Amino acid sequence: MTVALEQSTHIASAKPARGRRLSISALVPYLQATPLALILGAFLLLPILMIAVVSFWDYDFAAMYPDFLTTNYADTLGSWVTWKTYLNTLKYAAIVWALTLLIGFWVAYFLAFHIRTIAMQMVLFLVCTVPFLTSNIIRMISWIPVLGRNGLVNSTLMQMGLIPKPIEWLLYSEFAVVLAMVHLYTLFMVTPIFNTLMRIDKSLIEAARDAGASGWQVLWNVIIPLAKPGMAIGTIFVVTLVMADFSTVQVMSGGQSASVALMMKNQMSLLQYPAAAANAVVLLVLVLLMVAGILRIVDIRKEL
Amino acid sequence: MSHEKRTFEFYVLAASFALFVLFLYGPLSAILILSFQGENGGLTFPLNGVSLHWFANLFERQAVGDFGGSFKRSFILGLMVMIVTVIVSLLAGLAFRQKFRGATALFYLAVASLVVPSIVISLGIGVVFQQVGFRPAWYTSAFGAHLTWTLPFGVLIMFAVFNRFSPAYEEAARDLGATSWQTFAHVVLPMIAPSLIGVGLFGFTLSYDEFARTLMTSGTFNTLPLEIYGMTTNVTTPVLYALGTVTTVFSFLVILLTLGAIVYVGRRRARI
Repeated sequence: MTVALEQSTHIASAKPARGRRLSISALVPYLQATPLALILGAFLLLPILMIAVVSFWDYDFAAMYPDFLTTNYADTLGSWVTWKTYLNTLKYAAIVWALTLLIGFWVAYFLAFHIRTIAMQMVLFLVCTVPFLTSNIIRMISWIPVLGRNGLVNSTLMQMGLIPKPIEWLLYSEFAVVLAMVHLYTLFMVTPIFNTLMRIDKSLIEAARDAGASGWQVLWNVIIPLAKPGMAIGTIFVVTLVMADFSTVQVMSGGQSASVALMMKNQMSLLQYPAAAANAVVLLVLVLLMVAGILRIVDIRKEL
Repeated sequence: MSHEKRTFEFYVLAASFALFVLFLYGPLSAILILSFQGENGGLTFPLNGVSLHWFANLFERQAVGDFGGSFKRSFILGLMVMIVTVIVSLLAGLAFRQKFRGATALFYLAVASLVVPSIVISLGIGVVFQQVGFRPAWYTSAFGAHLTWTLPFGVLIMFAVFNRFSPAYEEAARDLGATSWQTFAHVVLPMIAPSLIGVGLFGFTLSYDEFARTLMTSGTFNTLPLEIYGMTTNVTTPVLYALGTVTTVFSFLVILLTLGAIVYVGRRRARI
């Protein structure tokens, strides 16, 4: 009796509250989204706008002067060094992308289709993830005792009598840069591909088999097409990380190779901010164009 | 695929996977071993005796710069970034469950935050602070710079979590008379707690290891990754490895603690 009474008063009191809450509840998502919008506005949009503005400014060794000059762009785009550096960075991006895609796909494929229990899948996936959560710089440095002149690889090969003297190009070379980048960034390819592979309906594969497809045909005609969104997301990560990289190039090439970001960093250490800003705008436009191209293939919101 | 017998493909892939794991962990274990290098040992194998000399060296201020101070700064900054990342991502995740004006724009802004080159953000924030007249410091400009890297991860994770979250639970709670706050605190929050802990882990470790974004924004005092980066160019003793070992062990501890927390929360939920 009392329960029924309580319920009826509940309903009665809930009715008018509903009407009031509708107008407030329409505001709720805006309030919830505000902190994110404010932070990204202050620390992403504003700085990028500022860079675009500063890239037209004048400067000398001491300070920057508000102006509207296009010389920073003319200097950047008119220099043969810039073009060579961009080409070099794109070369790194292409090589590292191809390698991480190849390795990342097979690692994800192995985890998704050959490991039988979910628990084991998660354990092995964590094994791949843990190094990613440690310092990038330490992971770069850790190649020194392996690849160095007297490092593990050289001394082992010499002891086996395979080489008469140490191989010089293992460390402080473009090879070392690519190796370290693959080491640092492969996980960004593994994770999204693993995610898409895990969502493939296994009955599709059984259907393909029943229809007489061989293992390779299943892989080529069923699994890879379905894994494309994951590959696209991984590609976005890897390409943008390589395009923005300066520390790997600097440390692993020992100063013998260049990248766009490294060029920017050098300009910044010489306090040539407007020149660095012009470079930043060019790099940003290039990266956003690449990402926009990839996003035409995949709708990220659907893949999450 | 649940074949009865392992195929040849399995063994090839398993061997490749093992090689991949060796590739990931091999070099890391090399510096782990070499950090115990004897006093007269160098940067490469073989070990010239075993000692804790380089670890002791690490805590002498003049030998490697300010290790203790930079570690403390990185640790506090990591915690700050973690807390803000968890709260802001959760709120944004809740917002994205409803339709609101600018939702798509905000979502792509978060994605953009992920793809904009880190050095561009670093330069931009540095210049903004310079023009406004604020002094860059690790707890202001670097804090904001780190958030541009951790927030998109947090938002994307929360987005994925809520994509899979059935509204049936909330409807049931509401039918039972729960207010929207009660529904959130007693139904939604416990269900997404493991993901939130994961977001926290991302926030902390990404900030703790962040380097490029801190470069122009840290102000007078270095964070730990900046300190280590400086050392790569001028330190030529195994003290570098000792530092690497200490920070890596610390990262492992953080990861273990987090995983422990996730398992604990999961168990408690299972009991209820």
